[in-house]
Amino acid sequence: MTGRRLGRGVALVGAGMSKFGAFPGKNTRELFVEAYQEMTASLDKGFDPAAVEAAYIGNFSSELFEGQGHTAPIMTDWVGLTPVPATRVEGACASGSLALRQGILAIASGLYDVVLVGGIEKMTGLTTDGATDALATAADVTYEIPAGFTFPGMYAAIATAYMHEYGMTPETLLQVGIKNHEHGALNPKAQFGQRISAIMEARKASAARKGKPVPTWVTELDFLHDPAANPQIAWPLRLFDCSPVSDGAASVLLVSEDIARHYTDAPLHLIGTGQASDTALHGRSTLTSLPAAKRAGQIAYEMAGVTPADIRAVEVHDCFTIAEIVATEDLDFFKPGEGWKAAEDGLTTRGGARPVNSSGGLKSKGHPVGASGVGQVVEIFHQLRGSAGERQLPGAPNIGMTHNVGGTGQTCVVNIFERR
Amino acid sequence: MSDFDFTSAAYNAQLAEKKLIGSRCKKCGHTFLPPRALCSHCHSSEMEPFEFSGKGKLAAYTVIYFGPTSMKNAGYDSKNPYCSGIVDLEEGARISAQIFGVDIAHPEAIQIDTPLSAEFFERGEGERKKVFLGFKA
Ligand SMILES: [Zn+2]
Repeated sequence: MTGRRLGRGVALVGAGMSKFGAFPGKNTRELFVEAYQEMTASLDKGFDPAAVEAAYIGNFSSELFEGQGHTAPIMTDWVGLTPVPATRVEGACASGSLALRQGILAIASGLYDVVLVGGIEKMTGLTTDGATDALATAADVTYEIPAGFTFPGMYAAIATAYMHEYGMTPETLLQVGIKNHEHGALNPKAQFGQRISAIMEARKASAARKGKPVPTWVTELDFLHDPAANPQIAWPLRLFDCSPVSDGAASVLLVSEDIARHYTDAPLHLIGTGQASDTALHGRSTLTSLPAAKRAGQIAYEMAGVTPADIRAVEVHDCFTIAEIVATEDLDFFKPGEGWKAAEDGLTTRGGARPVNSSGGLKSKGHPVGASGVGQVVEIFHQLRGSAGERQLPGAPNIGMTHNVGGTGQTCVVNIFERR
Repeated sequence: MSDFDFTSAAYNAQLAEKKLIGSRCKKCGHTFLPPRALCSHCHSSEMEPFEFSGKGKLAAYTVIYFGPTSMKNAGYDSKNPYCSGIVDLEEGARISAQIFGVDIAHPEAIQIDTPLSAEFFERGEGERKKVFLGFKA
């Protein structure tokens, strides 16, 4: 594809994240401090803050969400790292992965040995309508939004094109949500860390407590088919097909490979990284794939010298259920048109042949957009080091991947990590 | 149209005249809607205005129950949803637009590949009044 290699090896030695959710009393800097503290605690050989030489912070739009611009130096200030250079990076929902890429490139270039990477977003300070409008600025506001499109609407359009071409029905999408909630139920950091059955039972109990009529749902599908519980947002996508509006932060420490063992005995090596850009959704030759994600994946695979079969843990960008199905095809885990069958057959569950989103994904874990890409890396850090607790994937995975998408695929980043 | 400068303002001014004007590369013949001044296909800057017939077919769609503020202001909500889609134009470009004349109450019955034609419509009040591009089945 490009045949490019990093100038020198880069290692991931520490990772942490805040809980994702709705935190009315906390702003981005406070969430970032939580993520940073967990990251430094993960450095099992200790940590000297004075060693950090630069910081890259992914943040989509604190301007729109919390009225705060110029966020990167606030982050370095609140973790006591000024005067290191602090740079904010923006690529919509892929902002976190772009920050990680900048950290990787800075170390690979030889300029720095130790780089802090962060991702932050505080979205729940706005109403749902306000958040919808803020997110819409990641689309083309000149030519897409005047057509009435929203983000759920654009991914719904992808879903209709996919259903038309490959014969999937909206029922398959519900399975992706059920699966990601099952995974997220094992993740203490998840915003909706509950199985859909647990959410359903809680609603029934709440109705009974309040003396209201108790819904008659028996199965998760009863619940998901009920328009009162799971309303249509943008057909065929319903509420439980959409990732939530979230607050959260995540942080990782990257160092040059030759000093990685000063920080930990279990560093992860960044073996592949790919990034690509694309035009607005309507400008593409295909509507059933994200070409930039496919290309970013191919670049990362080639750099890493691994194949899809080698990837044992993967976090993909499931901002909507259809996005996870398309991602599993763009990354060549399944052939075009077969991702939906794999989801139906349970191949992407924790116990399946190709587990996807062991963290619960953006759907269950939450999607504080600028933090999400770094949050994915936190999950891979734990899965490859065997520290994922209850949700640890079987077979001691040694190679993991993150796939992060901005907009409807105008910015895509894929990274591959290895435990040696 | 000799002064058409390939900007969104020029495009919108033509929409107000109920004309769908994109651009065509004089070098490679690629057509663009919306218009562009530089050909992203062959990198030439030799562009000419190009009028689209407005005929096309539905490539992808959705029925939206929770729209952006602009659509709420136009009277749409979960009880009165609307269809947005991506339209394949006969002359070889794709564009996003609101879709009319389809069965909003039964989104599953809306057919991809439905033939469509451009429908120019006004929305907004006073100074915000503007002509938008839509398509009708
Ligand atoms: Zn050209």
